Amino acid sequence: MTVQQQTRETASAANGIEGSTDERLLQAIASGKRPDPASGWSSTMAFASRALLRIKHIPEQMFDVTLFPIIFLLMFTYLFGGAIAGSTSDYLQFLLPGILVMTVAQITVYTGIDLNNDIRKGIFDRFRTLPIWLPSALIGALLVDVVRYTMASVVMIALGLMLGFRPEGGAVGIFLAIALVLVFSFSLSWIWTALGLIVRSEKSLMMMSFLVMMPLTFISNVFVDPTTLPTWLQGFVNINPISTLATAVRGFMHGMGTWQQVVNVLLVSAIMTAIFAPLTMYLYRNKK
Amino acid sequence: MKEDKKILQKNDWAIEANGLVKIYGKEAAVDGVDLAIQKGTVYGFLGPNGAGKTTTIRMLATLLPADAGSARIFGNDLVSDGAAIRKRISLTGQYASIDEDLTGIENLMLIARLMGYTRRQAKTRAMELLTAFGLDHAAKRQVKKYSGGMRRRIDIAASIVVTPDLLFLDEPTSGLDPRSRNQVWDIIRALVRTGTTVMLTTQYLEEADQLADRIGVIQRGKIIAEGTSSELKASVGRGTLNVQLVHAEDRQLAIDILEDYLGAAVHLGTDSTSLTAQADDSIRVGEALGEFARRRIEVSDFSLGRPSLDEVFLTLTGHSTEQQDSGEEIL
Repeated sequence: MTVQQQTRETASAANGIEGSTDERLLQAIASGKRPDPASGWSSTMAFASRALLRIKHIPEQMFDVTLFPIIFLLMFTYLFGGAIAGSTSDYLQFLLPGILVMTVAQITVYTGIDLNNDIRKGIFDRFRTLPIWLPSALIGALLVDVVRYTMASVVMIALGLMLGFRPEGGAVGIFLAIALVLVFSFSLSWIWTALGLIVRSEKSLMMMSFLVMMPLTFISNVFVDPTTLPTWLQGFVNINPISTLATAVRGFMHGMGTWQQVVNVLLVSAIMTAIFAPLTMYLYRNKK
Repeated sequence: MKEDKKILQKNDWAIEANGLVKIYGKEAAVDGVDLAIQKGTVYGFLGPNGAGKTTTIRMLATLLPADAGSARIFGNDLVSDGAAIRKRISLTGQYASIDEDLTGIENLMLIARLMGYTRRQAKTRAMELLTAFGLDHAAKRQVKKYSGGMRRRIDIAASIVVTPDLLFLDEPTSGLDPRSRNQVWDIIRALVRTGTTVMLTTQYLEEADQLADRIGVIQRGKIIAEGTSSELKASVGRGTLNVQLVHAEDRQLAIDILEDYLGAAVHLGTDSTSLTAQADDSIRVGEALGEFARRRIEVSDFSLGRPSLDEVFLTLTGHSTEQQDSGEEIL
């Protein structure tokens, strides 16, 4: 580099893009050649890496998959254990699979909230004008969320084991149970992405998720054996998809899982995905 | 022969729009907009807030379906060929169209990856753009910590990771200081030199004047004037006199004097003491102000300037942009 060039570099660094960097600007613009379009896979991976970078820059968004599970598990075990099952360690065997389902189901709403935030900023418009396979924007984000749900599950089970949780299903049972939770949560997330595209603000989305998830998770078999409930409420508990999942997760963790339970969970997941994934994509494409 | 001519004409246009309409509720945000924008030119879309500029751009960028009318972008139909259009356009919205939580280089790499670059190519391209845009020192800083001018530049950089054939810029310089504004202008000029067609919206006549080959003035969803900047200014007059009176009660007399000396209609400003009149002859302006002095009409401020957007509106529509704003609250 000659002295003259060096001076120019320094000057341009000081002046931003003014003056002598003009040719560099032209050069940079002219060299923006269009490569072959990204495949659906690579755009999905690019969106997934965006989600990972967001976690890197905003680590506090991991609270929901680390602190939530810990607080929920401790709180409900020691609050209800004595009253419901006579002892906290007995109750933990029953509660942990259910509270895992409840925790992960509740944090699925954050997928919708992130999307809702994108819409209110210009980046949503940017993505929609790119020549990409559009579902990858959501699938990429959801894949990272699945990683987050895995983390929440691991945190909760690790804490449970320390507190005296003894899963008779062993490692395989736990593995299968978590797999079911992940499939279900991935499918459930599409409801929040669809709603995230409809509602005005993240506050209204939080409110809606609270209104839906509170009754769904509490009026289920997560906390209590439904046979203790009045008959009319049992009816609701039995058709509640959260119960379906909790039953299967509990079954596999304690070595009593059945294929029927797996089919039930997959069926509920398939129905949610079949309705809300296309609806989300329709709304994403046609958002005003 | 006839067929040849048709093809040639078709190839000349970046944007052809016929009677675009967008209705929100009962109001037409865009009410029958026709456009014909030549390839390789800059088109300035000039109008106040709520005039329908952003809505029009969003329709042309395939973000919003039109309620009526049709448009072709490089000959591709807006409704049926959206995917083909998105391969050739880019949009820089009014609000940051990037992820503000990510760093500058992460944002550009994300777009580059989405465009089909490999990871390594994406990094090279991102660095090249950051350097060219004078942002290399901030490559690893989160965009939310950028200044307004830097933010706008990274936003435009994201739009040209792959150089588009047509770039939409929605108010690219609103809220920027003059130096940042000039930097953005330089970028736009460089883009045009490499053959990109640019459609930009602006509220400032000066900006349209500086950059645009043709200007469309839009008001309440309709294009009310269209032409080169000199054509538009000729329709407005060469200059405008603004006078701020000290005493409101002098107003009628001041209006009479100005009409008498300048031979032009006098418009009232937003308050009862400000007056505006078209003034082509500075000598007559001097004489009119001399008459003010003789009649003891005190003036707190006066200016003789080139027509502003406000004056374009005064002349074209008979009322000012402020009135337009308060009358219409959509978008």
